[in-house]
Order: sequence, then C-alpha cells, then structure tokens
Amino acid sequence: MKFTLHVWRQASASATGAFATYQATDISADMSFLEMLDAVNESLIERGDEPVAFDNDCREGICGMCGMMINGVAHGPMRATATCQLFMRHFKDGDTIYIEPWRARAFPVIKDLVVDRSAFDRVIASGGFITAPTGGARDANNILVPKSDADDAMDSAACIGCGACVAACPNGSASLFTGAKIAHLGVLPQGQAERRQRVLRMIAQMDEEGFGGCTWHGECHEACPKAISLDVIARMNGDYLRALWTSHEEKHEQAGG
Amino acid sequence: MSAPLDARIPDGPVGEKWDRHKFEMKLVNPANKRKHTVLVVGSGLAGASAAASLAELGYQVKCFCFQDSPRRAHSIAAQGGINAAKNYQNDGDSVYRLFYDTVKGGDFRSREANVYRLAQVSLNIIDQCVAQGVPFAREYGGLLANRSFGGAQVSRTFYARGQTGQQLLLGAYQALERQVGLGRLRMYPRTEMLDLVVIDGRARGIVVRDLVSGAVTSHAGDVVVLATGGYGNVFYLSTNAKGSNCTAIWRAYKRGAGFANPCYTQIHPTCIPQSGEHQSKLTLMSESLRNDGRVWVPKQQRDTRPPNQIPDADRDYYLERKYPSFGNLSPRDIASRAAKEVCDEGRGVGPGGRGVYLDFADAIKRLGVETIRERYGNLFEMYERITAENPYTVPMRIYPAVHYTMGGLWVDYNLMSTIPGLHVAGEANFSDHGANRLGASALMQGLADGYFVIPYTVGDYIGSAKLERVDESHPAFRDAERGVSERTARLLAIDGTRTVDSFHRELGKVMWDYCGMARNAKGLAYALEKIPEIRADFWRTVDVPGSAAELNQALEKAGRVADFLELGELICRDALERRESCGAHFREEFQTPDGEALRDDAHFAHVAVWQYRGDDQPPERLEEPLEFENVHLSQRSYK
Repeated sequence: MKFTLHVWRQASASATGAFATYQATDISADMSFLEMLDAVNESLIERGDEPVAFDNDCREGICGMCGMMINGVAHGPMRATATCQLFMRHFKDGDTIYIEPWRARAFPVIKDLVVDRSAFDRVIASGGFITAPTGGARDANNILVPKSDADDAMDSAACIGCGACVAACPNGSASLFTGAKIAHLGVLPQGQAERRQRVLRMIAQMDEEGFGGCTWHGECHEACPKAISLDVIARMNGDYLRALWTSHEEKHEQAGG
Repeated sequence: MSAPLDARIPDGPVGEKWDRHKFEMKLVNPANKRKHTVLVVGSGLAGASAAASLAELGYQVKCFCFQDSPRRAHSIAAQGGINAAKNYQNDGDSVYRLFYDTVKGGDFRSREANVYRLAQVSLNIIDQCVAQGVPFAREYGGLLANRSFGGAQVSRTFYARGQTGQQLLLGAYQALERQVGLGRLRMYPRTEMLDLVVIDGRARGIVVRDLVSGAVTSHAGDVVVLATGGYGNVFYLSTNAKGSNCTAIWRAYKRGAGFANPCYTQIHPTCIPQSGEHQSKLTLMSESLRNDGRVWVPKQQRDTRPPNQIPDADRDYYLERKYPSFGNLSPRDIASRAAKEVCDEGRGVGPGGRGVYLDFADAIKRLGVETIRERYGNLFEMYERITAENPYTVPMRIYPAVHYTMGGLWVDYNLMSTIPGLHVAGEANFSDHGANRLGASALMQGLADGYFVIPYTVGDYIGSAKLERVDESHPAFRDAERGVSERTARLLAIDGTRTVDSFHRELGKVMWDYCGMARNAKGLAYALEKIPEIRADFWRTVDVPGSAAELNQALEKAGRVADFLELGELICRDALERRESCGAHFREEFQTPDGEALRDDAHFAHVAVWQYRGDDQPPERLEEPLEFENVHLSQRSYK
C-alpha cells in the first residue's frame, strides 16, 4: 500500500510548527499505524532527514503512551482503538493522511507529535487515590464488594490516561479522565472516606491545569480507546455538588482557594 | 575464583527465616529517615510500590522513569493475574504449597529462602491492593474470585479482567502520586539512568539524561534501587514494550554488580505469530486462554486445508497426547518447546508455518458463546484487531515469543547486589523464579519486593552502614557525567549508513536462532563469534541523526541497542557454560529419551554469577551453590 502523509513537525515547544509531506511506500496491510510510521522514519534516517518524534511504548493498547490526531480524529477512525492497535488495513491504498499531536492548552507540544501530559499526573496526585499506606490492610475478603459494583469500578478503572478525551473535546476538558478515576474509587466501599475531598481536590486541580469545562459534547467518549462511559462525568458532577453542600471543611477549603 | 558469594540467608527453618530476619534487621529512627535519600529507578510494580512505601516511611525518595508518566511502565501490560496463597477456595492451597510449586516450577534453580518469603508475603499483597481500591474480580456474594492459572492445580490467581497488571500498577502509581502530592517524593519522568556512581565501594548515586532537554545530571543518595524490568528486548521481537531495556542494569554490571543466570529467558507459549518483517513487537495472549482452548496442529505435514475442514482424526492435540495429566495447561517452557517441535516437523500453521491452533470450538459448544465472551471477550477482540480473524469461528493461531527474563542482577536475601547500597527489585533481579517462572508470579514478585521486602532491607542497610555524606559535587559524579556525555557524542559522531533498528533486528535474529527455545554448543559458539562482529559494525556504521541537546529518540534507542549488543554476548556465554537443560534453558545435548529437560544437579545446582572485568577480557563466572532442604530435587513431570 501507499500513502501520502502530512505530518506536523515542530522542533520544540517554542518553535513554530508546520506540516511536512512524506510518501509512505511498501506498506503492508498488516502493519500497525505506528509500524507504518517506523517505516517512514527508517527511510527519513536513510536519506539524512530527522525522523518524526512520537510517543509509544507497549504497542498493545494499554500503556496509554501513544496517541495522535489522525485526519482530525484522536487515535484515528476505529472506535475504541488506541493508535498502536490501528492497522493499515483500515485505510484505502493511496489515502492521504493528516497526522497531528494532541492539541489542548493543558498539553503543550514538546516536539513533533510528542506532548506534555504531566497535568494528568498532577490531577491524580491531588486526590486520585485511596489513602492506604503499605502494611495496615485487613484481610481482603473482609471487604465485600458486590459483583456489579466491582464491574462498574473496573469499567471506569480501565482508563489508560492517553489524553484522547482532552484532545477530542472542543473545550479541552479532562472531565472523562478525572470522572473515570472518581467513579472507579467512589463506587467501592474502600473509597468512601475520601469521596468528597477527592472530587473537590481533583476538580480544583483540573481547573488549575488549564483544562476546559465540560459542555456535554460527548466527543471524549467517541475518541476513548477504552470507551469509558459519559456516566462517569455525571457521577463526578453529582459527587461534586453533594460535596459542596455537605462538607463544611471542604467548603472552607474552596473559599480559601 | 574469588570469595564465594554470600546470599546472607538467615538461619532457622525456612518458615521462620523472614520473621526472624525482620526482627534482627536494624531500624532507622523516624526522625532520621528524612535525612536519607533513596533513588528508585523504574516505576513499574516493583519501583512504584518501593518508592511509595519508602516515602510513606519518611525517606526522601526520588523516582525516575523514561516514560512520560510512571503509570506507563510495562507492568501495565500484564494480563492474567497475581498468585497468592490465600486458600479462599478451600482447595488445599497454603504458603508451603505455593512455595513448593514455585521451586519445582523453576526447575530447582531458585533459592528456597527467597521463594518461601515470596509465598508468605503474597497474602499481604492482596490485602494491600484491595485496600487501595484495585477492582479485582468478585463473586456475586462480594467475595474475591479466583481462577487456576498456568499449570497450577489450585485456584490461587486473583485477577481484574484481562488487565490485572494495569490495575495493580495503577494502585501502586496512585500511592506514589499521593506521596508526590504530599511533597515526600519527587518524580522524574522522561529521564533515563545512564550510569551508576560507586564511591568507596558503595552505590552513591546515578547519572541521568533528561530525555527532553538532553541535559546530563547527577543525583546522589544513600541507596539506589534498580527496578528497571527485564531484558527480553535483546531478542528485538518480544512481548516487552518498545522502550524496555537493559541499560540501567548493564551500567551497574559494568560498575561491578554481578549478573546472575542471564541465559534464563522465558518464551511464552501463547503469543500472536509474527505476520511479516515489518513487525515491531509481539503481542501476548493471556495464557488463561489455555484453560478453555485446546492446542492442536494437523497430523500431516503442510496440511493446507482450512482448520474447520480438518476432521478430528487428522488433528494432533499434542499437549493432551504428551502430557495427559496437565494437557493444555502444561507449564510455559514445556508448552513452548512442544510448539516449536511440531512446527520444526513441518506441521505448523499460518504464514511461514510458525503457528499452532488454539481452538475454542469445544468450549463454546460446552459452555456457550456468552460464557466464553465473558471470560475472554477483550482478548478475542484484541486478537481480531491484530489478525483480522474472528476467534469465535476460526481457531486462534499462536506461537511462542520472548516474554520474561528470569536472569538479572544477582541479589542476596536482602535484595542487595554485590555492590553495597545497590538494591535490585522485580524482574531486574534474578531472585525468585529459578530457570522458569510460573504464570501470575511476576506481579506477585514485583509487589512483594516493592511493598514488603525493600522497605525493610533498605532500612537495615542504612541503619547498619556508616554512610558518609556525599553530594553531587564529588568528583566521581563529574567523571561519570563526562563518560556519559562522551559516549553520546561518540554515537552521534559515527554518522554511518545503517539505522539503529537494523542492528537491533540483526542481533535479535542471532539470539532467537541460536539462543532461543533450544540451544546447542555449536550454535552458541557461532553466536559468540557473530555478536562481537555485529557490535563492531554498529560502532563503525550506525547512523544516529540529530543532536544530544534535544528530544532524540534515535539516540535513546542507539544507547540501549549498544548495551543489548554486549548483554547478548553474555547471555550466550552463560547458555554455553551451563551444560545442562533446566526450565527455560534447553540445551539439545542434554535431554531425556522422551525429549524433556535433563538437569545435571551434581554440577549445576548453582546460580551462575558473572563479574565484569573490563572490555578486554572475558567476565569471571562465580557460583552461588543452591541448597534444597525442603523441596527435594526431582525431575519435573507433568505427564
């Protein structure tokens, strides 16, 4: 197969970027999208050009490191599929493909298709956990979790933190990512003690990072490689309102900024 | 031979060693802990859990990873589950049985005391993870669910769908980020360790490269913990992540840390076969699939009929035939070798004849398609995505692939290497799996090391060693930084004609052909000639574009492949010297009449530990004898 690629090239965070055009030739339908880019990079190196920088690691759709806008769609045309699991058989021979980095204020470009997603780590650090220092846990079967709750928690916990939700959102909102963590922990009995504090802190951090607000476009769910449900955002909003109304301590925290 | 290696195994019966040792270890005064810095390299299960637990105790912790976030370490990709001797199913499991199974599964090449401790703390791991909110599978009554896995005859595997590694890692990652938020732990993502700094015989720091700016800097500390994973990517194609590498442990080896059993590399039986030369990695399909799938190949050679047109009479369910009691659940090394055999006989299926069928037709008939979908739905989807074939109607094709490395840096009972102050955890060390790792034991070992061993033994080291204050102004850091920068400059200056990947592929092919599932003296001798040639060629003709002062992925790869080109040689050397077959190390010259691994306990019941002596002479081979006081040496039989 053959493709014409228009790839975003940007030398550094402060440099001005632009599309460069490359021909991808001798591409097999069994190649993944990233293997196609590997082949392009090999040919760029061989002719003395700089290869395209892009993040990737596990190449089995679970680490969340890869991700790019493919023809304007986060992770490309296949639903519930990360870029590394997208295969060239889903494109037509001769197609023109535009490839860009995630575009969001909270994810500045580092180089070419590589962006800085450290804002996600800071959102987790602000409250995306259950406080359980090593050593003090009681026997695991002393905590009963109804199967349906465990399944719901797992559905939300499947988030791979790739950032496609933010890239797909017209507002650059991280609500699906943050909501998924809040839903995962908030549905479990272990997560109840910190439930109010968690949602207040994580939302405050999300705002501080420059993510936009959620206005229910639903693009995040469409782009999500794990098809995380929009329900997690509803749940986050519910928890947030309840926390605002019921927690004196947190109300003071909010008031104090 | 120099002084024998002292594993510092505590006295007493195996069941009491760890408790006694915990009591005897030195403690560090709570007020003093914050005066000590621990550097943790790697943020997978072992690294993240160690970093979080040490920070909780009050140490100053710095943690480093090459990915953009600690949550992406390759532990995340583990699918099947984690073992623990909870005996929740009342099916006869116990700490002793998990210990016994692990020693036997490792083909009697692991250290009893370590394995026993692993089985003991397996209980605490599950408790800890549930407390953190890891969403393990549950029964309808709300209790934890278990399954049997990878050749075990009890149900002791805990799991979270097919994403157990992800959920355990996210638990550890969240504990780690909590410490970051509290200001007790500093995380350095997109940072790669390129050298270890040893001062007065002790590990006192590391030199790292910031992968975004290219800056080379130093970090001093009282203890260095390497939790940098395995080295399976020496084979180029493996189930490891693209970035997984041996650089941290290899740099430590060249600074004096002994490297144990490098030839023990596990080939996982159930991976998706390679589809072409372009392939950049292999994808594992959880071996839980073998619980319901039946493995077969056609009886005739080169039978090109589609699988559904091959009647039962023309099929060879070879695992069920050869191993009637374990059948499709035979351990990994045995199942992998059996697949290679039938393909070598010309009975393999799919492109190039390198594949065997894993067939769910009978299970679907027996249990219904819905049950199968519930158990394996995500795996089936993943398979279809990659191969464009639907495993509900066409049998899966699978083939073995490099998956895990049991070898690694030698550590004593305290998980400390031969360099005082350098601790090694998780897959990066050699300690617990012997010559073959059982399924669902990697996650157990990573978390055992990080949550429940390292926090104690690091304290013991700090409490017993008289450590002088050292900071980054020490000349040893300047020297190491200079060395790192010079090596980088050398790689960039070659300006040759071949890409880094082309060398990596060439090395991988030699390793797979001559040091893969089956090895022999002639092939290993050839590999030992060939690898130095590839290495020399690399340093003469590799082309690394770009500069050192920027994000340069080609440069990162070049440094890692340069190290693989040295490690590959050590692996082959170790495989040649170990003149026996054991577990995953199968030497064709040493097999039983029916083709099983034939150990030589009289000469090889030991850990082989390689000591670096400079680039101009071969490394020295030391031995740590293994003693089996509880599990008696016997030939493994899964018939």
